Amino acid sequence: MRDVRDALMTARNSEGKLVRRPLSPHIQVYRWPLSMALSILHRVSGVALGVGTLLLTWWLVAAVSSDDVFDRAQWFMGSPIGLLLLFGWSVALIFHFFSGVRHLVWDAGFGFDAPAYNTSGWAVLIATGVCTVLVWVVGLMAW
Amino acid sequence: MSGTPHIDILRSPLGRARGLGSARAGSHHWWAQRLTAIALVPLTLWFIFSVIHLSGATHQVVIDWLSAPLTLGLMVALIIATFHHLQLGLQVVIEDYVHQEAAKTGAVLLMKAVCVMLALVCLVSVLKIGL
Repeated sequence: MRDVRDALMTARNSEGKLVRRPLSPHIQVYRWPLSMALSILHRVSGVALGVGTLLLTWWLVAAVSSDDVFDRAQWFMGSPIGLLLLFGWSVALIFHFFSGVRHLVWDAGFGFDAPAYNTSGWAVLIATGVCTVLVWVVGLMAW
Repeated sequence: MSGTPHIDILRSPLGRARGLGSARAGSHHWWAQRLTAIALVPLTLWFIFSVIHLSGATHQVVIDWLSAPLTLGLMVALIIATFHHLQLGLQVVIEDYVHQEAAKTGAVLLMKAVCVMLALVCLVSVLKIGL
């Protein structure tokens, strides 16, 4: 018996010969439209935030321990490596937040035409940049 | 049509589809991911403001902050929603890239175990401070 998927998997090449289609073009074939880049970034930032939960867990465990352990955790967060990790975490969180809201709007059935998703894509990037700067300016002032 | 490149199989299309997932419960994963996402919108905003507020805080300030019932409740909600959302998302990532059945199942189970443990450690920590 033929697999029904064969109907979609066969095609003619430029010489008219029947060939099997490749399963999927490799990522390098595409010209990286904004939506594709943001879709990949949404997943990458999500995984990064998963790694970032280790930082949150460590901070909470330190808070339940002694003053010394907590002070050491706070000192690490304020060190160059700690600040770099926190910066990466904040960018990932703020991007994933806005990009996630964009996904929720799609889930509600809005914003599927090209002008809409390009506008919302740029809006996500601009909002991420503005809010990250705001969070760090206010955060460092409050320090 | 014998010249058409094709795969000969013994299973019927229906037989192939059977056992490859349920038509009843498949939407639960998707729905749970959206629900936790919606819950995380206000919770994340609150958490970012809290972290800014607590930057450079002493141990005692953090303990006092977590001891307020509203803060503790919000932290518990944040931890549950975050780790639930995380394990749902990471499951899809693993299923997309790991195709060998045993490795896929093992990776998903290991990831879920780590997420559950991290969530429990976070919950125990905030409750121990706040209660």
